[in-house]
Amino acid sequence: MHHGPAQDSGPDPASRYKSRLGVGMFIVYCLIYAGFVFTNVLTEGQAMQIIVVAGLNLAVVYGMGLIILALILALIYNYLCTAKEKEMAGTVTDGEVQK
Amino acid sequence: MNLHGTPLSIIIFSAFVGLVLYLSWFFARKAKSAAGYYAAGGQIHWAVNGISFAGDYLSAASFLGICGMIATLGYDGFLYSIGYLAGWIVALFVVAEPMKRMGKFTFTDALDAKFNSRGIKLAAAISTLVVSICYLIPQMNGAGTLVEPLLGLPHWVGVIIVGVIVITIVATAGMTSTTYVQFLKGGLLLIFSTILVIFLMVRGISTEAPSLQGDDGQNLHYTPAEATHEGLLAEGYLRLHQDGEFSKYSLNNEASWWKQDGDMMWKCQWQTATLINGKADGLLYPVGRIKTIGGMTAEEGAKGTGRLNPITFLARLTHPDTRIEQWHKTKIFDETGEKTTIYYPKVVSGTDQMKPGVKFKVKTGWEKLNFISLMLALFFGTAALPHILIRYYTVPSPACARKSTIVAIAAIGFFYVLTLFMGLGAGIGGTINPADNNMSAPLLAMSFGGVLFAIISAIAFATVLGTVAGLIVAASGAVAHDLMDRFFQMDLSETAKVKAGKVAAFVVGIIAIILGIVFRGVNVSFLVGWAFAVAASANLPAILMLLFWPKTTAPGIVASITVGIISALGIILTGPAMFAGPYGMTAADALHPLGQPGIISIPLSFLTLVVVSLMTQPKKAAE
Repeated sequence: MHHGPAQDSGPDPASRYKSRLGVGMFIVYCLIYAGFVFTNVLTEGQAMQIIVVAGLNLAVVYGMGLIILALILALIYNYLCTAKEKEMAGTVTDGEVQK
Repeated sequence: MNLHGTPLSIIIFSAFVGLVLYLSWFFARKAKSAAGYYAAGGQIHWAVNGISFAGDYLSAASFLGICGMIATLGYDGFLYSIGYLAGWIVALFVVAEPMKRMGKFTFTDALDAKFNSRGIKLAAAISTLVVSICYLIPQMNGAGTLVEPLLGLPHWVGVIIVGVIVITIVATAGMTSTTYVQFLKGGLLLIFSTILVIFLMVRGISTEAPSLQGDDGQNLHYTPAEATHEGLLAEGYLRLHQDGEFSKYSLNNEASWWKQDGDMMWKCQWQTATLINGKADGLLYPVGRIKTIGGMTAEEGAKGTGRLNPITFLARLTHPDTRIEQWHKTKIFDETGEKTTIYYPKVVSGTDQMKPGVKFKVKTGWEKLNFISLMLALFFGTAALPHILIRYYTVPSPACARKSTIVAIAAIGFFYVLTLFMGLGAGIGGTINPADNNMSAPLLAMSFGGVLFAIISAIAFATVLGTVAGLIVAASGAVAHDLMDRFFQMDLSETAKVKAGKVAAFVVGIIAIILGIVFRGVNVSFLVGWAFAVAASANLPAILMLLFWPKTTAPGIVASITVGIISALGIILTGPAMFAGPYGMTAADALHPLGQPGIISIPLSFLTLVVVSLMTQPKKAAE
C-alpha cells in the first residue's frame, strides 16, 4: 500500500447540496433523539417501562431504534450524495467549475 | 477476586500483543514523513478506515465500561451505547466532509484554515491535549483492570505495561501502524463479541448460573445469606455498629456486614484497607444472578429457559415478575473509625432493570439536568474528539471520509447492540467483580471457558492499546505540529517534526500512566463521558459555527474553546463524582450536585463564540 503525502482533493461541486442535505438529516435525527431524552425526563421514566412489542419495553425499542435509524439515515445520505456527485462530475473540467 | 488465566490464556494473550507490535514495526518502515506519521499519507482505503474508526472508537469504555455498567445497573449503561452511536450522526452529516476538505494533519489545521490565527493554533492544540488526556485516563485504568485476572499482576503493572507498549508503537510508527492495529482489533472485537452473544443465547437464562472456578477449582459465586435481625441475635450474633440500613455484627469474633431490606437482611461482602470479607488474605466473590424468571416456576427457572433468541432473551428479563440481584457499593466508617467498602445486593424487578433510572434518576430538577447533560455531551462529543477527527485525514477524499464514517456507524452500531446482551448476560451470569465492574464482559467470556476468556481479554487489551495509540498520536500532533511548528513557528524539518511528535508521545504516555493508576476502580465509561463533555464544550461549537455561521471570527473561536475547556473541567472538578472518588470525601461535600457539565458548558461555549465574534467583526472595506 502506498503511503505518500496527504493529497488535496480538489473542488467538489456537490458540496453545497451535500451540506444542506446533511444538516436536514441531522435535524431530523436530532429531534428523534431529543424525543427519547425528553420522554424519559418528562415522564420521570414511567413511559420507558411500557411494553411496546413482543414483551419489549419502550426504553429498549426506542434505544435500539435510534441505533438502527442512524444506520438507515447514513445509508440514505450516502446514496443521495453519491448520486449527486456522479451527476455533478461532468460539470468539473481541469479543476474549474463550469457555470 | 483471585481469578488467574491459564498458561493457554497467557500464550494467546502474548501472541496477540506480539502481533500488534509486529504490525507496528512493519509499518514503521513506511512512515518517514510527517504526512505519513500523522495522517498515514492520506491513502488508507475507506473501508479499512471505517473499521479502524470502529477500532478507535470502541475503546475500553465501550467494551469494558458499558458492559460493566449494564451488568450492575441494567439499562442505564445502555444509555451510553445510544449516545455514543448517535454522536456519529453529527460526525457524518455535519463534520466529516468539511473537516476533510479544510484540514491536512490535525483538527487545528481545519479550524485554522480560514483565519491563520496563532491564537486558534494555541487554543485548539491545548484543547486537543486536554481532551486526549481526559480520554486516556479510562483507557489506562481499563488496561490495569484487564491484566489483574489475566496475568495475575497488580493493576498498576497493567497500566505501565500498556503505557510502555503504546509509547513503543507510537514512537516507532505513527498513524499507519495505528490504523492497521485498529482495523485488526476492531474486526476481531466485532467477531468475538458476536460469538460471545451467540453462546449466551444458546445457554439461555437460568437461576442457577454457572459459577466461575477459583485456582483450586472451588466454586466462587457469592450467594448472599438472608436473615432477620432477631434471627441473627438468636444465633448469637452481636450488633457492633449501625449506619442507616447497614449493620455490622460479630459472631465468635468474626465480623460480618448486613443490609436491611424491609423485614429481611442481606449478608454483604466488604473490604477494609487490610481485610476482605473478614480475612487478611480474603477475596471478593463474583456476584450477579437472576432470582426469578418471569412466567416460570422456581423449578423451571432453575432448569433454565434453554436456547433463546435476542428478542425472547430481552423479553424474559423485562418481564414484571422477573427478579434480578443488582450489586452496589457504599463506603462506611465502622465503630473503630475504619473506612469499609460494603458491596450489597438489591433485588429489582425486570421492569426496573430494563429502564433508565438506577444511576441516572430523573425525579428531581438536578437529576433531570444531569441526565439531559449526559445525553447532550454524548451526542455532541463524538464529532469533537481529536483522535476521531484526525482519522478523516487518513483517507484520500471527502467522499471517502463520508463512506468510512458509514462503515464505522454500521460496525459501531452493531457492536453497541451487542453490549446490551453482553452486559445483561454478565449481570445474571454470576460474572461481576463487585469491586470493579469493568471486568464483567471478559468474566462472562470466562464462564464459557478459558480460551474465549483469553481471546476476549487479549482483544480488550488490544482495544486499549489501539485507542491509547490513537490518542497519543493526536496529542503528539497537537504539540509537534500545532504548537511547535505552527504556533511557535519553529520551522521544523520533516524529520524534526516527526521526532518532536515522538518525544511528545513519550511525555503524554507517562502522564497517562500516572493518571490511570490514580483513577483505579472508577467505571471507565463514566470517565469517558467526561472526555466527551470536554470535547463537546471546547471543540464542537467552534467546528459548527465555523462551518455554518459566516460571522465567526478568530477571537470568537479562541474564546469559545477556552471557555468550553474551563467551564467543563471546572464543573467536573468541583462536582460530586470527584469528591466521592479521587478527593476521598463524600458526594455531599461537592460544591454543586451537577455530575455532568455539558448542559452548562456547551451552550456557554456557543454563546461566548457568538458574543465575541460579534464584538470583533472586521471593518467593511467601504469604511
